[in-house]
Amino acid sequence: MAATDVDTFVNDVTRSLELGGHVGFDSLPDQLVSKSVTQGFCFNILCVGETGIGKSTLMNTLFNTLFEDEEASHYQNGVYLRPKTYDLKESNVQLKLTVVDTVGFGDQINKDESYKPIVDYIDNQFETYLQEEMKIKRSLYNYHDTRIHICLYFIAPTGHSLKSLDLVTMKKLDSKVNIIPIIAKADTISKSELHKFKIKIMSELVSNGVQIYQFPTEDEAVTEINSSMNAHLPFAVVGSLEEVKVGNKMVKARLYPWGTVQVENESHCDFVKLREMLLRVNMEDLREQTHARHYELYRRCKLEEMGFKDTDPDSQPFSLQETYEAKRKEFLGDLQHKEEEMRQMFVNKVKETEAELKEKERELHERFEQLKRMHQEEKRNLEEKRRDLEEEMNAFNRRKVAAETLMGQSMQGSSQQIRKDKEKKN
Amino acid sequence: MTCTLSHPAQQKLLEGYVGFANLPNQVYRKSVKRGFEFTLMVVGESGLGKSTLINSLFLTDLYSPEYPGPSHRIKKTVQVEQCKVLVKEGGVQLLLTIVDTPGFGDAVDNSNCWQPVIDHIDSKFEDYLNSESRVNRRQMPDNRVHCCLYFIAPSGHGLKPLDIEFMKRLHEKVNIVPLIAKADTMTPEECQQFKKQIMREITEHKIKIYEFPETDDEEENKVVKKIKDRLPLAVVGSNTIIVVNEKRVRGRQYPWGVAEVENGEHCDFTILRNMLIRTHMQDLKDVTNNVHYENYRSRKLAAVTYNGVDNNKNKGPMTKPDTSEGMSPLAQMEEERREHVAKMKKMEMEMEQVFEMKVKEKIQKLRDSEQELQRRHEQMKKNLEAQHKELEEKRRQHEEEKNTWESQQRLLEQQKLDASRTLEKNKKKKIF
Repeated sequence: MAATDVDTFVNDVTRSLELGGHVGFDSLPDQLVSKSVTQGFCFNILCVGETGIGKSTLMNTLFNTLFEDEEASHYQNGVYLRPKTYDLKESNVQLKLTVVDTVGFGDQINKDESYKPIVDYIDNQFETYLQEEMKIKRSLYNYHDTRIHICLYFIAPTGHSLKSLDLVTMKKLDSKVNIIPIIAKADTISKSELHKFKIKIMSELVSNGVQIYQFPTEDEAVTEINSSMNAHLPFAVVGSLEEVKVGNKMVKARLYPWGTVQVENESHCDFVKLREMLLRVNMEDLREQTHARHYELYRRCKLEEMGFKDTDPDSQPFSLQETYEAKRKEFLGDLQHKEEEMRQMFVNKVKETEAELKEKERELHERFEQLKRMHQEEKRNLEEKRRDLEEEMNAFNRRKVAAETLMGQSMQGSSQQIRKDKEKKN
Repeated sequence: MTCTLSHPAQQKLLEGYVGFANLPNQVYRKSVKRGFEFTLMVVGESGLGKSTLINSLFLTDLYSPEYPGPSHRIKKTVQVEQCKVLVKEGGVQLLLTIVDTPGFGDAVDNSNCWQPVIDHIDSKFEDYLNSESRVNRRQMPDNRVHCCLYFIAPSGHGLKPLDIEFMKRLHEKVNIVPLIAKADTMTPEECQQFKKQIMREITEHKIKIYEFPETDDEEENKVVKKIKDRLPLAVVGSNTIIVVNEKRVRGRQYPWGVAEVENGEHCDFTILRNMLIRTHMQDLKDVTNNVHYENYRSRKLAAVTYNGVDNNKNKGPMTKPDTSEGMSPLAQMEEERREHVAKMKKMEMEMEQVFEMKVKEKIQKLRDSEQELQRRHEQMKKNLEAQHKELEEKRRQHEEEKNTWESQQRLLEQQKLDASRTLEKNKKKKIF
């Protein structure tokens, strides 16, 4: 008996077993981490805020490096996004950082369409990733991921409330990207004003249904710090690369006549909290949320738009092959239909023209039939005339013959007479 | 207006501690929370000690009296059996799936006994592909086979035809790690010879067994080189613990001594365990995902796109670049649509041309026949006119003749009359 008949026995019950010693798979996380470190990481930050609100300065301060940037002008026609990528390295970790700036945001007189370029940019990055993921031959493991992991929304330090532009924009972005709102140039607000401002902002966000990013609290290692930070949102930040001597240390600060605002002093501003949350604690979670939530949502909407479904009307799950085949059948059917249509159109055209030409032919024949008949008649006329003439000629000839005969006779007679007469005379 | 990302990355030096160096720790934490999965397949004839090796590897009784191993069950055909266990160590959770193939190579006629194995691997790939392609995706369980331990019988001579056949058919679907089973039946020298022979045959038949990746680390590379020199690994497994020199070790008790499983001088078991579990487990998963699965996927999708078997026949696993392979099936449909539109345009133009030409022809014909008929009509007319003229001429002649004759006759008559009158006169004269 050939050994080709298969009997697949699957034991679906998962048992938990005790190990009798150290096997060694507890190194798995290390193996995973060392692989990721070798590959390097990607992180993409989108900064949304008015011109001059301090986006570039904050980025410089956050990453302790001067990202070259010319100052943006206020006279842009519209909003456009300027992404810049940098390769950074800290101890053995390589980070490919992309900072996307929104140039011209808030500068136009009519800001209705301001959010659009931002939404389009975010969608484009999703789309590029989706296209790569759907390719037949793809290379996802060395794909440069450009999807935006975090959107820092800069709120102007008016001290009153959010601007309507802020609410509109954040509402458009909250289902597409992780948003962390921050109050910029926080050194222009006093502590009590700041407290009221924060409360006002958070309540406005909640009442308008804007979903901002919540630091995750499921992981016990970070629950405490994350939940306390959640309460400090939005972070009031100050940015500066200039160093000022305070005590016997050089610290990053802004020097005013009335005092020095220290960037890294937690009682002066929330910069340290932002850095802590963004880079040191939740960077990986931001990346995960972008991939597992925002990107999946985009993908789901896109596929549904294109007509893909997971189950057919009878709730039987589709296999990928079936889905593609169905799509393909539809597509081919569509093409064939178009071809048929065109052929049909031509057939009709040909028929029409044929009919026309036949009609013309018929007319022509009729005309000539008519002419033919005319000819026939004329011919008959002619024939008649000819016969008449012939008859006349015959009649004439008879007359002539008769006359000549008569004349002949009379000539004879008269000559006889003459002779007679002559004889008589004689 | 948006800018697309098409600019080079600049290298920047940090002037102080930023903090993203903590990222690996974040990744570590998250991965521990998620837990790990691994599927290991063991293939080999009955009695080569596969189940025993698994128990030894994972230091647990995967196969025990309550859950007897496949070798203890009676089978008549090749089976594919899967068994899942959840094990924990140092806070790390591993969902281990062991796939066994009892009956493999045990029949008299073993043709195609690898087919169930191939089918199993493919069906796991298919499951993953389908769940990856769903519109609503959730956490996708990874049940793909990450590693296949192939047990070679310790004949001492070389690979059997079945071994070669199996490995050739599966080396592009799964990571194959060939092992020499029951290595305690060979002396070290015999083992060396055997290994050399096997590796020779593997190279000869161009079989691609799992390759250990090169790293940047010098130390690691040295270790990898040492492993490579000892391939294929010769292993011994045991379910029993024996006391040797007051130490409790796993081993096989013989009258002449104890073959210790974890003794590097006795067999390569430790190397196998270190490689399989402690250092290269993640890499095995990655190679499965990035190479074997992607091969399967691109082949599957290419077949679907071209809607035919032809595509599968012509293309091997890694094929030369084709326009189709750079696109997703949907993009491909777009391309086809565009092609079709161009084709239709051309067809339309051609049809138009043909149509115009035919119409012109017909009209020309019509004109020609019109002309012809016109000509004939003219001719007939001329003919008739000529006849008319002729007739007229005849008539005129005839009239002329008649008139002449009639006038002649009249003259003659007159003359006659005159003559007869004269005669009469004469007669009258004469009489008198």
